[in-house]
Amino acid sequence: MAVDSKTVFDRPVTLRDVVTHYCPGCTHGVIHRLVAETLDELGLRERTCGVAPVGCSVLCYNYFDTDFMEAPHGRAPALATGFKRMRPDMIVFTYQGDGDLASIGMGEIVHAANRGEKFTTIFINNAVYGMTGGQMAPTTLPGQITTTCPAGRDVNHTGEPIRIAELLAALATPGYIERVAVHTPAHILKAKKAIRKAFTLQRDNKCYTLVEVLSTCPTNWGNTPGEAIEWLDENMIKYFPLGCYKDYVEPEGK
Amino acid sequence: MPGITIDKNHCKGCELCVRACPQHIISMSKEITVRGYFYARVHDPSRCIGCRICALVCPDVAIEVHAHGLIFELFEY
Amino acid sequence: MAKVLMKGNEAIAEAALRAGAEGYFCYPITPQTEVAEYLSKRMPEVGGMFLQGESELAVANMLFGAASTGKRVFTTSSSPGISLMQEAISYMAGAELPVVIINIMRGGPGLGGILPAQSDYFQAVKGGGHGDYRTLVLAPSTVQEAVDLTMLCFYLAQKYRNPVMMIGDGMIGQMMEAVEFPESYEEPPLPPPDEWAATGAKGRKARIIKSLFLDPVSLENNVLILEKKYQQMIREEVRCESYKISAKNKVLIVAYGTTARICQTVIDELEADGVSVGLFRPISLYPFPEKEILKEATRKNIKSVLTIEMSMAQMMEDVERAIQGRRPVHFYGRTGGIVPTPEEVKEQVLKVLSVKRRSTKKKS
Repeated sequence: MAVDSKTVFDRPVTLRDVVTHYCPGCTHGVIHRLVAETLDELGLRERTCGVAPVGCSVLCYNYFDTDFMEAPHGRAPALATGFKRMRPDMIVFTYQGDGDLASIGMGEIVHAANRGEKFTTIFINNAVYGMTGGQMAPTTLPGQITTTCPAGRDVNHTGEPIRIAELLAALATPGYIERVAVHTPAHILKAKKAIRKAFTLQRDNKCYTLVEVLSTCPTNWGNTPGEAIEWLDENMIKYFPLGCYKDYVEPEGK
Repeated sequence: MPGITIDKNHCKGCELCVRACPQHIISMSKEITVRGYFYARVHDPSRCIGCRICALVCPDVAIEVHAHGLIFELFEY
Repeated sequence: MAKVLMKGNEAIAEAALRAGAEGYFCYPITPQTEVAEYLSKRMPEVGGMFLQGESELAVANMLFGAASTGKRVFTTSSSPGISLMQEAISYMAGAELPVVIINIMRGGPGLGGILPAQSDYFQAVKGGGHGDYRTLVLAPSTVQEAVDLTMLCFYLAQKYRNPVMMIGDGMIGQMMEAVEFPESYEEPPLPPPDEWAATGAKGRKARIIKSLFLDPVSLENNVLILEKKYQQMIREEVRCESYKISAKNKVLIVAYGTTARICQTVIDELEADGVSVGLFRPISLYPFPEKEILKEATRKNIKSVLTIEMSMAQMMEDVERAIQGRRPVHFYGRTGGIVPTPEEVKEQVLKVLSVKRRSTKKKS
């Protein structure tokens, strides 16, 4: 007997039906989908404005079907601050890589988080500068080879990789900061929960929210998508432990 | 019975679905797409359990999952 | 409305509110911090947004975000702070965003000093950031004119959807003068910002406010769109003023800002001594009043032109370009925060005049 088939998994409305420019196996694509699904599920698409960084995801405004601004390198949190302050009723998120957020944009992200700006940051940590061809980033692991530390990152020369989630969690201003990963199905589910929680907190006007997402870069790590998944699992998670580093606590007596 | 469709135009041949499929029923075709990628396809559709894991890990949202009647929800998504 | 004695910085702040400013993002820097102090009280009173950022660089990028909502936003700073804003100004020009940036200039370069100067002329007029773009630049010479031009800046920013700058030397910000605010504020009609701003893709296609055009054809096309605006500015936004220009003048002084007021004193005193000198004062520094200066400078009676600045011959280059070599252009300037005295300027005028006489003697 013909039973009508039901679609149980499909492209979210907020994610345009286009082929992305990302490399094969790059988990930017997965993260885009998680954010787009969240915007669909919370019904936020029509009142959202994203802020694109400079980096591989500079073209993310071609993939998210929401209004967008494109920021100078590292300045997305400032654009988001200005926008959100003038339109607190709209949903604002910055989508930034590790070069954009943790290097040139460190000043902007720390102060936005410290002011408790009520926008959401999706921070993609793949340990290299992707777009420019795999240079050392602030989150490049000790000993990791990149095109600007060909003998492996020497922490005596460049210092240690920066743990953004822990760094921002140390700020006194309330917020929600969690580090997740998207290299296995189980991790993707947890990442989706965190992203959804972040946008929900923003929708309810609660606090600054940032989700740091460990992500792969097969092309610049020099391995296949599958090998990249294993490399992340074996190396990055050790240095960047997953978990919630600051949770939002509803102030009592409100 | 459940099944998936893989959009050849979106697939970039990254093989992450091949690795992730618990039923090991996805493999790469020998032909290449107009973009020059070997695309993934299901070589034994009858054993698909509609678990959506392949679609979950696909970076290019190339996989649509459909099911008939009741399927066991392995996870809430 | 009655005249009220006000400090320049505060008058500028109040003028911005009268022109409908809804957001002010700032960072403290002498000599214009009073604008921020004033607005930290007043902006909330009028229901606007006041926010102090972590740097002028962050502030300028907050402006990008705030302007993308279509609301009227601005900042004020001083020379070193304006340098930090140049990147964002270039981006806002490329993304066609209306924003007002006011520079109360101080001595430079580097940390320089905190006393008044005009040495940011090139930065403002020739473009301090990267790429083919311009900012409309106006220069007041009195606190009243600073009020009027501040309000005008907000209209021009929306009209051209381009960053508009007002630059005044430190005195404009620090001086107290009697000012009058208009009873009500009218502007020629403009298309509502909701036609281009990022108000949320509800019932319309999503909008992208950006300056990235990887395809060279579309980047050039974007630059040509900007160029068309700049041509329109050249046609419609040139503003200047002259003082005692007549057929008797021997020398034409060109000066802007408070320097022009010093020259007016010199002109009056020289007139009493029977020496006739005229003053041409550009108010718009971009678009520069080239045709107007050429017309005034090439009057038969004008033998030479003297530009007076509180900087090192910056505007002089534009004056020379405008006059196309048809009159000798001399320069006298003090900088570093030193304001030229009327005596110094008078001495220069007489020197320029005497140079003329000596050369005629040789001929006979």
